[in-house]
Amino acid sequence: MSKFAKKKDGDLPAVSTASLPDIVFMLLFFFMTVTVMKDSSLKVENVLPNASEIKKLEKKDRVIYIYVGKPTQEYEKVFGTEPKIQLNDKFAKPAEVGDYILGERAKKAQELQNVLTTALKVDKNANMGLISDIKHELRKVNALKVNYTTYEGDAFRNIQ
Amino acid sequence: MSRVKMPEVNAGSMADIAFLLLIFFLVTTVIETDAGMNRLLPSKETSPPVKQNDRNVLPILIDKNGQLFVDDDVVELKTLRTLVIAFLDNGGAAKGSEGYCGYCRGERSSFSSDNPDKAVITLKNDRETKYEHYIAVQNELVGAYNDLRNRESRLLYGESYIQMEGEYDNPKTLAKRKTELKARIKKIREMFPLKLIEETN
Repeated sequence: MSKFAKKKDGDLPAVSTASLPDIVFMLLFFFMTVTVMKDSSLKVENVLPNASEIKKLEKKDRVIYIYVGKPTQEYEKVFGTEPKIQLNDKFAKPAEVGDYILGERAKKAQELQNVLTTALKVDKNANMGLISDIKHELRKVNALKVNYTTYEGDAFRNIQ
Repeated sequence: MSRVKMPEVNAGSMADIAFLLLIFFLVTTVIETDAGMNRLLPSKETSPPVKQNDRNVLPILIDKNGQLFVDDDVVELKTLRTLVIAFLDNGGAAKGSEGYCGYCRGERSSFSSDNPDKAVITLKNDRETKYEHYIAVQNELVGAYNDLRNRESRLLYGESYIQMEGEYDNPKTLAKRKTELKARIKKIREMFPLKLIEETN
């Protein structure tokens, strides 16, 4: 008997999976920190345009969101293919924007009601007629601070 | 004393549990985009527009195909920023006269704006203009203002206007520094006030 027993040929050692939970936990923590919970599911297509001269919206509790875009495929049959406004979870007409803003404003704390920003998340293929209708409604209810939400990127990519 | 050996907890399913949680978070969360261009809309009771000299107004039009017109001439988007800077920075008012712009470095042409305070940009667009074209033009206009404000801010305070704004918005900035920054930002904004009139046909 030799002291060093000869290993059998072709017998690969099994890969240790002991660190697998650690790796997965690491991924889990990464996603938990960089993402936020969805608050409303999008019913419209929402590919934002690019811009470079942008500023970050600092405080999330001071923002009211308005989504605009073409209805997604499941809603296309009912609502058509023209760009629509989405407020919370439903489609709306431009005339309803004012009431929505007033309602959302009333829900916020008293001291925040005068510093609210309206974030317009508008699909890049929407047309300006709808946007100007929204802006007109916003002016009526005195919600003058607007943020055109965009991706950070080269604005020249928008025109091609 | 009897020593009862505790059975080892099987950790083999740990990975499965972690995967389950991971997939749950992947499905229910989104990576948010919360950056954009801030704008202030004009209030409801706007005074009727003051009649301006033609030389103090730069009319920009975006038609429904995304074609850009400045002063009725077709213009490429890439040249818009230089055009706007030249217009704002012109400083056409004569030296010694009221409204002379000491810090302007433009051509001082008598066919362009008197001073940045009087210079007004009107942005017209069609109802069918695409939003992305509108944003691209807005981006260039804001960029032109930012370039000019940065220039003056560097001369006066040694740091750019964008930096100062960023520091002012940062909640960690001390209150004393904030009041100083606020005064500086106000000063720079007064040098190049953003006067933009928007209209949709």
